Amino acid sequence: MKLEGKVWKYGDNIDTDVIIPARYLVTTDPKVLAAHCMEDLDESFAKSVQPGDIMVGGANFGCGSSREHAPISIKGAGVSCIIAESFARIFFRNAINIGLPILESVEAARDAQPGDSLSVNLTAGTITNARTGKTYQANPFPPFVLQIIEAGGLVPYTRHNLGIEI
Amino acid sequence: MGKTLAEKIIAAHSDQAEVSAGDLVTVDVTVVMANDITAPIAIEAFNAVGVGEVYNPDNIMLVPSHFAPNKDIKSAEQTRTLATFAEAQALTHRFQVGRAGIEHVVLPERGLVLPGDLVIGGDSHTCTYGAVGAFATGMGSTDIAVAMATGKTWLRVPETMKFVYNGQRQRWVYGKDMILRTIGEITVDGALYRSMEFTGMGIADLPMSDRLTMTNMVIEAGGKCGFMPFDEVTQAYVEPRATRPYTPYFADDDAEYCSVHEFDLSTMEPQVACPYSPDNVHPISQIKPEKVDQVFIGSCTNGRFEDLAIVADILQQTGREFHPDVRVMIIPGSQAVYLDALRQGWIELFTLAGAAVSVSTCGPCLGGHMGVLAGEEVCVSTSNRNFRGRMGHRDARVFLANPAIAAASAIMGRLAHPDEL
Repeated sequence: MKLEGKVWKYGDNIDTDVIIPARYLVTTDPKVLAAHCMEDLDESFAKSVQPGDIMVGGANFGCGSSREHAPISIKGAGVSCIIAESFARIFFRNAINIGLPILESVEAARDAQPGDSLSVNLTAGTITNARTGKTYQANPFPPFVLQIIEAGGLVPYTRHNLGIEI
Repeated sequence: MGKTLAEKIIAAHSDQAEVSAGDLVTVDVTVVMANDITAPIAIEAFNAVGVGEVYNPDNIMLVPSHFAPNKDIKSAEQTRTLATFAEAQALTHRFQVGRAGIEHVVLPERGLVLPGDLVIGGDSHTCTYGAVGAFATGMGSTDIAVAMATGKTWLRVPETMKFVYNGQRQRWVYGKDMILRTIGEITVDGALYRSMEFTGMGIADLPMSDRLTMTNMVIEAGGKCGFMPFDEVTQAYVEPRATRPYTPYFADDDAEYCSVHEFDLSTMEPQVACPYSPDNVHPISQIKPEKVDQVFIGSCTNGRFEDLAIVADILQQTGREFHPDVRVMIIPGSQAVYLDALRQGWIELFTLAGAAVSVSTCGPCLGGHMGVLAGEEVCVSTSNRNFRGRMGHRDARVFLANPAIAAASAIMGRLAHPDEL
């Protein structure tokens, strides 16, 4: 599966309180959550993000609260993929579970600049930056996690394993 | 090679004789918890899985705590979702406003999470239960949904870091200061994906409330879970509360630790985490005595009886009132804590001193309600996070501290040490 999009670049320790502040956790609607995604850090994001854009973060992306509203708001905003140096563990699981692709690559995350065009091959785990011409290999997922990703998330994966028709 | 607590408890809940750090395993879950923010999405996902009935109605605990008592119509709809689901699925344990409180105060207090349990919770501070010897970790709503449906979850067995506290704890230094100092040393991703085992003489004489405070903040260092050793303190706390049999586990002497960190309590001062990160930690003596607009004493970190006792003791010893320009919110962590405080005369004491004492809620800790901050306001809080926007406006500034620093600051109207009173 291939993705292409423009970079929204953020720093280290992007916490789930800035991804989606608690004052908006009175809904589970992805569109409503998306309208407030990142607003305490970057008011332009929700207004200007385009479908397919790629979010890039530093170390420990998604730290803090377990709120699944965080990856839901990012996915709801149209972001196709998150690339970071590392992810906080609850956020990592949540993104995989709801079918939001995430890739870990220190170099790709560090080299990416706001507005860069990236193309991502999810199957191969490769990231290419059109500006620098460099291609990066992301850290591979364990086979078991790959199965959840390929199923489209934890709910369809579980339905399949329980023998419930999709 | 010996085994860590995480390795032993995960193995006991898997179909394998032993597991090691790095293994991916499927485990049986003892308790599945979610709150009024995470349960609504979990219930949607549970319905999407399509099994109809929950795997075990005895082990699912849905606690309205964050926006409860309902702060608006939307949050009322969310808590109703929990109650409706609990009733439809005939869940054994029900939690309601007036009869519960903050999940991480209520579950240990009622003996619903026990030594040797494997607990997953739709709240990042689920790691709190490591204080009683449970493997407990926070997860998101979809993981919670699948555990409700199947009774199982998957885990990567974490590497373990060991934290040793030596020396005699000084006056006004508590578990809160020990964990803040620790996070200050290793930073907010210092324990990413890892288990944290706390040990040493400084832990042996640490009361259970302080132990719960420390394991509560394991997630602020990125940790997956944290453990206090099972000892006389644990036994005295758990035994009268336990709702079922339990199994204590002990780390082997030759268990493998990826790192060992030592702290000397004899020289440790009260610690404060400055904006905007729980690892921006400095001793109180090095903190500028800034004017304070609000003080919040409560939360799953420091909303227990012993925490309120510190505040009551300072008021009684000094005969002082809170500063007239400071909004002081004191929120007992559970109805049981509230009732105990009431019987001690502390609700009257706090009220006469100028505090607003509220029914139990997470409320202000996450900028939900009951004390949301305006722009540029300064708050001293006994809670666990001070990220930008955490307690309200993005430009509000939150200092995390122990209940004694919070009480002294509330009296002085600025960041203060209790010795200044």
